[in-house]
Amino acid sequence: MDLILNRYRNLTALVAAILVQLVLLAYQVKSNQEVRLIRVWAVTAVTPLARLLESGRSGSVNFFKDYFVLLDVREQNKRLQSDLNRVQLENQVLRTELDTAERGKALSVFQEQSGMKTVAARIIGNSPGSNGHVVLIDRGTGSGIQPGMAVITPDGIVGKIVSSYPTASNLLLVTDPAFAAGVLSQKNRVHGTLKGTGNSNAIVDYVQNEQTVEIGEWFYTAGDDRIFPKGLLAGTVTAVRPGRTVKDIFLSPSGLQHGLEDVLVILEGDHKPIPDLPPPNQSVHLQPLPPAEGGTGLAGDPLNTANNTSSNTTKNSGGAQTDLDREVERTRRIGEDQKHVFGERGRGAPDFNKVPDPGASRPAATAPPAQTSSPVTPSATQPRP
Amino acid sequence: MSDLSAGFSEPPRRTKVPKFRWIAIIGVPLAAILFQVYVPRFFTYLAYLEMPLLVTVYYSLRRRSPPFGVLLGMCIGLAQDSLSNHPLGMFGIVKTLVGYFAASVSQRFEGSSDLLRLVLAFFFFFFHQFFYWVLSRALLGEAVSFEPVQTLVLAVLNAAVAVPLFRILDKLDVTD
Repeated sequence: MDLILNRYRNLTALVAAILVQLVLLAYQVKSNQEVRLIRVWAVTAVTPLARLLESGRSGSVNFFKDYFVLLDVREQNKRLQSDLNRVQLENQVLRTELDTAERGKALSVFQEQSGMKTVAARIIGNSPGSNGHVVLIDRGTGSGIQPGMAVITPDGIVGKIVSSYPTASNLLLVTDPAFAAGVLSQKNRVHGTLKGTGNSNAIVDYVQNEQTVEIGEWFYTAGDDRIFPKGLLAGTVTAVRPGRTVKDIFLSPSGLQHGLEDVLVILEGDHKPIPDLPPPNQSVHLQPLPPAEGGTGLAGDPLNTANNTSSNTTKNSGGAQTDLDREVERTRRIGEDQKHVFGERGRGAPDFNKVPDPGASRPAATAPPAQTSSPVTPSATQPRP
Repeated sequence: MSDLSAGFSEPPRRTKVPKFRWIAIIGVPLAAILFQVYVPRFFTYLAYLEMPLLVTVYYSLRRRSPPFGVLLGMCIGLAQDSLSNHPLGMFGIVKTLVGYFAASVSQRFEGSSDLLRLVLAFFFFFFHQFFYWVLSRALLGEAVSFEPVQTLVLAVLNAAVAVPLFRILDKLDVTD
């Protein structure tokens, strides 16, 4: 028997293995039960490896996924940052443009309402070696600017032109020590000379200690320096103290309060009275235009009428309505009313005590339509002499 | 004359039987089973790759020992059965036969030839699938269909994979 087994050892092993498995199979099929032990061994042997494999796979997948996701996020972040920078830049530009437009609009309105012939100019740089108190504006003799002309903003006086060139001019600011202008206080009507100090403040010199000046009081240009027309804002008093001979009055120049970018150069000034009330707000605020009613506008509104009249006056008279202008106009109208020709020999002088009829000398061509009730001043309809 | 009679009487010269570490003998079949269980989850077309069968054929061919082939085939087959949902012994019996026949063939032919490996892998895959189908119908009474053409194509594919795989497994040979 052993000989047979040895001789057919391989076949015996095969038959034995198959028999064992057949019995195992038969048992499972017959009893309908599983051989749980073998399955537990197999599963126990395979599961840790499978778990290790799965964790390695998921880890690798997650790593690469996260890596590429992060790469994408990085690119996205760069793109968003670039967009944000661009939008911020655009926003800044638009804000600057809006500010410029608002300033320009305010300047334009002030230019119309001031009744003075002015030229708008823009600060384009500082003059070298001037410690920042002389700046360069982009208008020169080509625009009619000459040395000595006053420069203002809607907030107040800024300085004066010290030299002009064909395309640019040098503007001496009120803060420069070389600057001087006659000023008048609003409340107590104290005269003084506005001078620069080299820093952001200015002083009002030559005010006697006996004179009263209060902190917060407004100073206006006095017009006696023949540079600045009377009635322009100069600044507000920030400090007052008695000095050895004259008061030390420190003034904050109002024209420089909101920065300096656009200015108006006064070509032909117009003296105005000093207002009794302090300026409520230095910035010019523009309400939107009222809606048109039948194309006639707010004809019955006296405010609107006054504005229209002022606007017409400014346009027609070139914006130069000085006291002299008004006097010349009155004289001319008296002459026309009395059929007097000035300059003729032997005619004498007209009677200046007779007040001329405002409507008598109104030219028919410039008379307003019958349905328009707004009064038109003679100066608005007559050319300047 | 004596040399000629001596040449006939002597047994044919045989190359040395390669030796493998036990870790390789256990680990590689385990990895093959794991491959068949795990990889098709993500690559379904790799489900047709019968890695445990190829490993059985390889070790049986290399060890040239039918009892070893029988034992290895039985163990790998039973492990496969354990992870499947059908009764234990189906893959076991089939792979036992494959291990035995592969080892028997290796006693006649040199098992390191790529061509022989290709042919044997093709043949044993077909035999494996066919015998499994027979056992399923005969022992379990299951109405399993058998697609000869599909099985032949898959046999070719498995044979094509077997050649490089066997080359890789040759690296595990620790014979001096």
